[in-house]
Amino acid sequence: MAVRFLIPGPLRPFSGGVSSVALSASPATVGDALAALRALHPGLTERVLTEMGDVRPHVNLFVADTNIRDAAGLETRVPDGVEIAILPAVSGG
Amino acid sequence: MPAKKLQTPTSSGLSVRDGDALLLVGTMKGLFLFASRPGRGRWAMAGPFFPGSSVYGAAFDARAGRKRIWAAPSSMHWGAELAWSDDFGKSWKRPEVPLVRFPESSGAALKNIWQIAPGRASEPDTLCCGVEPAALFESRDAGETWQLNAGLWGHPHREKWQPGGGGLALHTILVDPTDEGRITIAISTGGVYRTDDGGRTWEARNRGVRAEYFPDPNPEFGQCVHKVVQHRAKPGRLFLQNHWGLYRSDDGGDTWTDIANGVPSDFGFCMGIHPQDPDIAYIVPLHSDMFRCTPDGKLRVYRTRDAGKSWQPLTRGLPQKNALETVIRDAMAVDSFDPAGIYFGTRSGKLYGSRDEGRSWTLLQEGLPPIVCVKAAVVANSRAKKGVATSHAKKVVATSHAKKRVGNVRGRARGTAPRKARRKRAA
Repeated sequence: MAVRFLIPGPLRPFSGGVSSVALSASPATVGDALAALRALHPGLTERVLTEMGDVRPHVNLFVADTNIRDAAGLETRVPDGVEIAILPAVSGG
Repeated sequence: MPAKKLQTPTSSGLSVRDGDALLLVGTMKGLFLFASRPGRGRWAMAGPFFPGSSVYGAAFDARAGRKRIWAAPSSMHWGAELAWSDDFGKSWKRPEVPLVRFPESSGAALKNIWQIAPGRASEPDTLCCGVEPAALFESRDAGETWQLNAGLWGHPHREKWQPGGGGLALHTILVDPTDEGRITIAISTGGVYRTDDGGRTWEARNRGVRAEYFPDPNPEFGQCVHKVVQHRAKPGRLFLQNHWGLYRSDDGGDTWTDIANGVPSDFGFCMGIHPQDPDIAYIVPLHSDMFRCTPDGKLRVYRTRDAGKSWQPLTRGLPQKNALETVIRDAMAVDSFDPAGIYFGTRSGKLYGSRDEGRSWTLLQEGLPPIVCVKAAVVANSRAKKGVATSHAKKVVATSHAKKRVGNVRGRARGTAPRKARRKRAA
């Protein structure tokens, strides 16, 4: 089964308006999944990662229920068919 | 039962005619646009655009027949980017891949875009922007592609620049209108730097500017310069508002003279310079760096008419009690009408304007989010040739805001509009 990204509302202008994007590739890690996402929708990956390739400090990525910050970061393994949720952190002002 | 989630606000653009006055007002929660006939007595408002994003940088580019508004929305979550509108906010273009990006070799990531500066009229496709961390980006194709200025990025002083309260930002860009090799920039905290060879090399230009927070208060660089303004017709004339200190230069920044003569405080952020008279400048003094509010609860703009030999408070129409306001570095602007319009915005979300060069003031709008940037422009006649067509079309996301109008404001200014403007309005 395909790995699928769940897209939050503010980023949907960069996903063609859809709330989820399925990858045809089978990425091994979250970093690989984001690279595959970049090929489909570069505007999404650009807003999740900085130019340095780091996850932006106020963005969280969940592989199923696991925040990748509590796992192996971009090296976190991606099981087949899993959903990766892109979520804004509860920060603001 | 959970409350129903509200929809993100949307706004239509403005209807603007040639010759109108235009204000770009960046706030901590989006960009607002204001437009008025040349008399500047009644203003229409549109916004917020990019709701939720701070907008520290904005500019109007009227060169080569364009009517382009640039904005630099910065989302705490998704990063900073450049966007533009060619129809006064009815639609915005946001490239999928942000235009301004640090190259991988720099080892840096963009935090914010603090300043967007169209280049000289003779070079209608050049633009600059100043960013955080402190760096200058340049475009020579009307904003389609941007390059990091390597001369400034590689400057040996850069490692010693320190972030101010707002971050380590390049917040001021003065493209010399006559000298094609000269650009002056300012960094908090790094000070003033100038290139005379088109950006290849840069030299600190802080002689005479104090840095009271160093053991040596007269260093070569490291000053926390808050704002510098330059006169278009007399480009050697600069005024500078420092973290502490008010200065004037008559030699393009080679030397600076203290001009804090008769102001309640020489601490402040914003500055404006008169479009015609190079001896007239405007500031809003603040109490101190520890308090950063208007002294004595009085909101006063101070004006000099003699290049800083003396300053007079301008208070008519401004609150003179219980007004502990803050006006930050880019929140003052001057238009190019005669008489000139002066505008400033406060951290408490109030936008003030004067259409008689500061003699009287009107609250144009209140209740806005904290204001961080105000830019004024006169919308140019578009008979000149069309601007360079961009090839962004395939890779940009267009955002239409055509659904709902947020509101209108009506100014209450009773100043004297120019006779021509009154005739036009009556018509």
